[in-house]
Amino acid sequence: MTLPVADTQFVEATGVWIVKSLVIFGFIFAVVPLLTLFERKMIGRFQNRYGPNRVGPFGLLQPLADVIKLISKEQSHPRTAAPLLMALAPAISILTAVASLAIIPFGDVREGFGTKYGLYGIDVNIGLLYAFAFGSLAFYGVMLGGWASGSKYSFLGAMRSAAQLISYEVSLALALIGVVMMAGSLSLVDIVKQQHAIWYVVPQFVGLLVFTVTGLAELNRAPFDLPEADAELVAGYNTEFAGMRLGSYLLAEYLNMIVIAGLAAAMFLGGWRGPGPGYLDPLWMILKMLVFIWFFIWVRATLPRFRYDQLMSFGWKVLLPLATLNLLVTAILVTVL
Amino acid sequence: MEAELNIDKAGWTPPGYLDTADVIEVQRAPEPGGLGGLYRAFGETLRGLKTTFGRLIEGPLTIQYPEEKTPVYPRFRGRHKLHRFEDTGLEKCVGCSLCAAACPADCIRVVAAENTPDHRVSAGERYAEVYEINLSRCIFCGYCEIACPFDAITMGHDYELSDYNRSDLIFTKEMLLADPVERTPLRREGE
Repeated sequence: MTLPVADTQFVEATGVWIVKSLVIFGFIFAVVPLLTLFERKMIGRFQNRYGPNRVGPFGLLQPLADVIKLISKEQSHPRTAAPLLMALAPAISILTAVASLAIIPFGDVREGFGTKYGLYGIDVNIGLLYAFAFGSLAFYGVMLGGWASGSKYSFLGAMRSAAQLISYEVSLALALIGVVMMAGSLSLVDIVKQQHAIWYVVPQFVGLLVFTVTGLAELNRAPFDLPEADAELVAGYNTEFAGMRLGSYLLAEYLNMIVIAGLAAAMFLGGWRGPGPGYLDPLWMILKMLVFIWFFIWVRATLPRFRYDQLMSFGWKVLLPLATLNLLVTAILVTVL
Repeated sequence: MEAELNIDKAGWTPPGYLDTADVIEVQRAPEPGGLGGLYRAFGETLRGLKTTFGRLIEGPLTIQYPEEKTPVYPRFRGRHKLHRFEDTGLEKCVGCSLCAAACPADCIRVVAAENTPDHRVSAGERYAEVYEINLSRCIFCGYCEIACPFDAITMGHDYELSDYNRSDLIFTKEMLLADPVERTPLRREGE
């Protein structure tokens, strides 16, 4: 059987795959609502407020209330919209987000339950390319949603999103290629294993810097949230969406945040590596991801939105040269040493 | 500038004043862009992050309103109170309607009646048979308090006065005389 399982030297049983996908899905739908609460609470703290603390103890039931509200809302669309595509677009967004989550490794291969299994969705040999591919596909969800809404605000938001994704994806990829060159593999599991001596955050600090910034742009989060700039575009591409379709977009956004944080943690912070026994590995990974997510929230609480031309010139004139330079230096050093 | 301006001595100009006062030095921000601009932008970003992190350290300043209340100053003008004499229990109000006359919002209605020996309500000749304040009209200016010759009406500290319909906001004499529920904290000295 030839499956896209690279260097792990074994093929997991089909049952394991099914269980893993179910676990990933369950994990996501449990974690994302908590993440929204975490974000709102942290933003509150950054502004000397408490954040939501009325629904349930410490506001823990706030996400539940939000989800119930979203589910019970009516699905409506403007007369000019393409309803079928409007239904499809949020699904694309979610699909790509969940798919890219599959390659985030939470631990090494281990034995148990009478079989061998890895604590990751799949370990594809094209690893990062897979993430980039789905990251690029995610843009169809946004673009279709914006176009199918048949509204000017949505369309403008979608256009901005497209332009932003295209110009920042280049730097995002270039920032990671330095790590790939050092590890000599595209597989995230291999990259984590390669960091036994030193986390790549030290030699690839510039890469991490560029990756964090472009990651923020890729996530359409502040200060790069031009696609949904509330001040000028109402809500950008999700202006015309309501109910759980809007909910799906929001879910996809948070999932992408988890993915970017996971990529950053695996590539720069040594992934699941940490002191303590082996069963703590997933915990370390989650902790490192949380650090990045917390940083994203911190940035959101701090920086105002970029102007469009600033966004473009920053992407092309600063980040791209920086990433390229980092790549060049890494290439030379890897060859020489 | 070493010269100190002395405004008391009119006509006197400090030494060197005319030489320097008209020269305005404009400090311009450095030109944006370039490597220097990038460096400064990065620095400013870090400064911004530091600022928000400081707020995180400070902790929330929220007053959790229905449970916690903002204390008011002693002179805060809240809902009115009518008073009785503490020794005799008689009402201080004699029904003179000066408060109603002083009220710019015209929200006080007083109907006076004579005190009789077997029905004595107030210390004076007359008493207020009806005393109503329409709190949906009241602007809390405190003129009624100033107008009152017997300190029979004063402004209290209560500011939680919302209700579901307007007729409930017409406070009668009994409501104004009743011992107030102390639900508004008073600001302490130096707070």
